[in-house]
Amino acid sequence: MSCFHLENVSYRYDKALVLNGVDLRLEPGEILGLFGHNGAGKTTSIKLILGLMRPTGGRVSVLDGEAGDPGVSQHIGYLPENVMFYPQLTGREILAHFARLKGASLRQVPELLGQVGLDDAMDARVKTYSKGMRQRLGLAQALLGKPRLLMLDEPTVGLDPVATADLYRLLRKLRDKGTGIVLCSHVLPGVEPYIDRAAILTDGSLKAVGDLGALRRQAHMPVTLSLEPENSVEALEAAVNSAQATEGLMVHHDNGRLHVDVQPSGKMALVKALMASGEVRDLGIYQPTLEDVYVHFIGSGGLAHRGGAQ
Amino acid sequence: MNSIWTIARKELSDSFRNRWLIAIALVFATLALGIAWFGAAASGQVGYASTPATIASLASLGIFLIPLIALLLAYDAIVGEEEGGTLLLLMTYPLSRGQLLFGKFLGHGLTLALATLAGFGVAGIAIAMLVDDIAVGALAIAMLRFIASTTLLGWGFIALAYVVSVRVGEKPVAAGLALAIWFFFVLVFDLLLLGVLVASQGEFNPDLLPWLLLLNPTDIYRLLNIVAFSDGAQLSGVLSLGSDLPVGPAGLWLALVLWFVIPLTGAWALFRKRRI
Repeated sequence: MSCFHLENVSYRYDKALVLNGVDLRLEPGEILGLFGHNGAGKTTSIKLILGLMRPTGGRVSVLDGEAGDPGVSQHIGYLPENVMFYPQLTGREILAHFARLKGASLRQVPELLGQVGLDDAMDARVKTYSKGMRQRLGLAQALLGKPRLLMLDEPTVGLDPVATADLYRLLRKLRDKGTGIVLCSHVLPGVEPYIDRAAILTDGSLKAVGDLGALRRQAHMPVTLSLEPENSVEALEAAVNSAQATEGLMVHHDNGRLHVDVQPSGKMALVKALMASGEVRDLGIYQPTLEDVYVHFIGSGGLAHRGGAQ
Repeated sequence: MNSIWTIARKELSDSFRNRWLIAIALVFATLALGIAWFGAAASGQVGYASTPATIASLASLGIFLIPLIALLLAYDAIVGEEEGGTLLLLMTYPLSRGQLLFGKFLGHGLTLALATLAGFGVAGIAIAMLVDDIAVGALAIAMLRFIASTTLLGWGFIALAYVVSVRVGEKPVAAGLALAIWFFFVLVFDLLLLGVLVASQGEFNPDLLPWLLLLNPTDIYRLLNIVAFSDGAQLSGVLSLGSDLPVGPAGLWLALVLWFVIPLTGAWALFRKRRI
């Protein structure tokens, strides 16, 4: 059973093609990061999986059923971006209301409120809550009824670093128990250690999907070696050049250190040659981060051509 | 059914919490008692005049008040949830759009029914106890008929408010359209009908004209409460058409029921098409 499976899914909004032939699946016990610029189709993908909309083309199956079917929605937890609640009700009343709608046990209500750190505020009206407290309540809401698929859109917005770490620890625990989790976030360095796979969307198509290692290989991104010279930078640079590593070697100086960009396939040969030359005092190896990989796939056009609404 | 009740229960408890229910009930009770005692002041006396006159005055007032209260209660049912950011979340729950809408209707409908029953019920009991030698049986029947028809009229306007609420994207627009609905049914419709009547100088199909009254729930409500007591002699304006209407009270009740069933069904159909 997979948590969800999108097969060649397309979606048109009026005339515009918002999603174009997306294939994506999530297995239980896996955390998938879903990334993309504004208007790339993240929200649309999530809405299709939640059954809020029907795809124009392709198939969406969720937890072995139809997206939006009550029997399926009961096992999905969802935290929308900028979650809002009824301001005149207390946190406890709101969670109880949603628990009833989901058919979850009311005993879960104080339990979950405690788990997200709202014990002291559960009987205060939500209009007195801070952004972070609302976000915690939203999380508690998403966890009602022990979901088998959890979709979190920017879950860490408004959370302090400790609460953020708590959240990720909680997500790991849920994943280990077999929950499939989708994380949408723009804070790439924050989610990098926690996701098992990443999916990168641009302009409605899936650009890349896989674990970080696979994405790095797919992107052909160089590894950066940061070298401290034993004798002089010039001698070190000569040693690098004479090592005759693969083409596309980029070398630049920085504060008396030498930074060398090398293709992953040529990395070990270069390192061995440099070790033998005796010109290296210290060595650091920097893999491209999720953010580097993301920028590579999205292109660095930045704000200029990425203004689309979600 | 459980989800419908969960939604209804929240609406109902909201009505208690924000004092809407108690406020409406108080207004109704005050009005009813005021009219019962001072309704006859125009003819130079203070005190309970008669049950038919009291009910007729109450109904005339109800026509203005009930639609307004119902529209105010319900205009933001769906658009308010959307602006508050909770509609999207609700729709990811095992809850269909129909269940949400009917749950809201049950909650709002019960709020109005309880307020009407409490407000006018208390007034009715006070009249029965304070007025000497009143025919309690006749008063009870008239009051119950008045409470039931008032509730149905309110439900009709709640359903009309939903039609607006599921269609528009912003709360102020919904409020404006709700006021327009009130204006049309309460003020404009009868004037139009009267205009048609006069302008056509009787040429207009006389069999068809009375049926046009059924196109306005407030006219049906008025007919039910006023015609019930009279032989048609004291009817004025467009209501005199009502005495030509070949449907009895049962038909009028049915019409009033249809006036909430049809808009509610329409609102449901529109809601299912709404993009979230």
